[in-house]
Amino acid sequence: MGGSIETLVNREYQYGFVTDIEAETIPRGLDEQTIRLISAKKNEPQWLLDWRLKALARWTTMKEPHWSNVKYEPINYQDVIYFSAPKTAKKLGSLDDVDPKLREMYGKLGISLSEQKRLNNVAVDVVMDSVSVGTSFKAELNKLGIIFCSFGEAVREHPDLVRKYLGSVVPHSDNFFAALNSAVFSDGSFCYVPKGVRCPMELSTYFRINAEGTGQFERTLIIADEGAYVSYLEGCTAPKRDTNQLHAAVVELIALKDATIKYSTVQNWFAGDENGEGGIFNFVTKRGKCAGENSKIAWTQVETGSAITWKYPSVILQGDNSVGEFYSVAVVNNHQQADTGTKMTHIGRNTRSTIVSKGISAGQGNNSYRGQVKMMPKAANARNYTQCDSMLIGNRCGAHTFPYIEVQNPTATLEHEASTSKIGEDQIFYLTQRGISRENAVSMIVAGFCKDVFKELPMEFALEAQQLLGITLEGSVG
Amino acid sequence: MLEITDLQARAGNREILRGITLTVEPGEVHAIMGPNGSGKSTLAQVLAGNPAYEVTGGSAIYDGKDLLAMPPEERAQAGVFLAFQYPVEIPGVSNAYFLRTAFNAIRQSRGEDEVDPIEFLDYMEKKLELVDMDVEMLSRSVNMGFSGGEKKRNEILQMAVLEPRLALLDETDSGLDIDALRIVANGVNALKRPDNSTIVVTHYQRLLNYIVPDYVHVLAHGRIVKSGDKGLALELEAKGYDWLVEPQGAVA
Repeated sequence: MGGSIETLVNREYQYGFVTDIEAETIPRGLDEQTIRLISAKKNEPQWLLDWRLKALARWTTMKEPHWSNVKYEPINYQDVIYFSAPKTAKKLGSLDDVDPKLREMYGKLGISLSEQKRLNNVAVDVVMDSVSVGTSFKAELNKLGIIFCSFGEAVREHPDLVRKYLGSVVPHSDNFFAALNSAVFSDGSFCYVPKGVRCPMELSTYFRINAEGTGQFERTLIIADEGAYVSYLEGCTAPKRDTNQLHAAVVELIALKDATIKYSTVQNWFAGDENGEGGIFNFVTKRGKCAGENSKIAWTQVETGSAITWKYPSVILQGDNSVGEFYSVAVVNNHQQADTGTKMTHIGRNTRSTIVSKGISAGQGNNSYRGQVKMMPKAANARNYTQCDSMLIGNRCGAHTFPYIEVQNPTATLEHEASTSKIGEDQIFYLTQRGISRENAVSMIVAGFCKDVFKELPMEFALEAQQLLGITLEGSVG
Repeated sequence: MLEITDLQARAGNREILRGITLTVEPGEVHAIMGPNGSGKSTLAQVLAGNPAYEVTGGSAIYDGKDLLAMPPEERAQAGVFLAFQYPVEIPGVSNAYFLRTAFNAIRQSRGEDEVDPIEFLDYMEKKLELVDMDVEMLSRSVNMGFSGGEKKRNEILQMAVLEPRLALLDETDSGLDIDALRIVANGVNALKRPDNSTIVVTHYQRLLNYIVPDYVHVLAHGRIVKSGDKGLALELEAKGYDWLVEPQGAVA
């Protein structure tokens, strides 16, 4: 198992492998019995089982949404395995033994030793298929009163917190995929940062789908109490398979008065092959609530994987003077489809939001930005700035922008900027004439295009993101 | 070092080079002159491997290798450098990162270790002095918002960093005032070594007051119509190109 954890945190893209570990899997299909079985396996309290059943009841009345700009064959929800757990789950120690290959990569990219040390200063929760297999740095975090554990453990150890906040931002009835997740979610990460505490390290969850035919339905709940600060990273990979796999996660963030949550994602689920066979269907609901005044929530995402991405990390700006940010890079190549963006709902006064979206389309990929900015009647002096740029590589791909704006307060200000560009042969020639390979030249141009987003990422993620872009776009230019 | 024989090339359907033959030995400076549209810039672009041009005949042997068969990055790694007439802007990519990536790519191709950002910054200090540039420009995006003069100096800075064996300067003097011209020329001269060679493409003689050529070649309609020493450049300055250039129809 130690070996497989090592491969889990190995960030170089050799992710298509299948780890051969014994798993405990329940039969395919979804009904009330499935929910009771999952809940029983996890020894859950009655209130949580009831909540799941309520979600299931709601889900059965809902229809899969089809308003997004993506196309796929109908999903048979009765053909999915809703729970799979590695049998010999063992706790992670620390990440002091970072894979030498990873170290080498950082060395090659010219990151000084102090940055490498910082890399070790990342607390990681690893979720494989349905369950969390280990959380590192727990003791250190405990000293500060920070709770960082698997969702299952949080239900057992901190039921009051979970009960108070679960579904408070994304209700069980929010949308089709969120309802499905609420019914069947198996594990995920939980984090609570107490009043006035600044979390001294990056918290990270690493998601991995391994078992075949399995859906992954994790749930993440992060609460930053008054004046708290936390930066959270999420990474994901899956093996190469020729069938589609379903991923329907829910992430809820709650920032109380003066609190800040930064949530960064590098999503690298298997994207399907060059013919569009296989790949992950990524239907994710992510939403944060700036519940208190002066609170701040910032989403940064780099979406390079998945056959289909359907994802709109959003912020409800409830507290006065609260701040919501969304920085996104979405790359599609081959037959990938992405429909992603954000919703900024301004409720409080003087609330501010910033949206920076960079879409890159290559191959026959189809990339849509979909964003909603809503200024509610009480959102006096609210401000939004949106910048939405698309880059096209080749002439068979597509880029689309769907901005929705709703203003109910006359003092609100909105700005929207958009651009579309193509990588120029003259740029590529200029860089290759300096000895840089064609592929690296393209990566460099694309990374430059994404700079405004990358600079929001923690250092180790920024580098990974840049490399991933290169890998995703491999072979996309002549 | 470089042996060009009957080199022919076109852009789209337009024939531009119609048979260039030229030999450059180590340590030599060759000036390529000629009126607009004579093909002198194309010669530099073709030697550097710009895919916008198609080679339709002839050969170019560089250090015993078939230069025309190599992709642009391999030519660069083998020491061929083109100072662009119109340097390209790369938004969001810092000059420092670009230069270091290029520097390391070339080192790597020679089996040498890459240098880290700190070492590289030390190395850059002297190079910046050479072209009278401030260290601040390393953090700016490649050529973004640079003035014409800054762009040209940035080209020479890259040349100083990459230390090519064969430098192709494509109209490096165009758009430069006399001070910038002197800085650029001094940079080029400071980089001159007995084992490296330079091909200077220029329309005007004035650059050759600073970068003194061993040979001057005049191009017209894609062919070399006259070769000589630096005296030829002065003669051109006095007489213009007309006495050498026949109307295109007459050549064919």
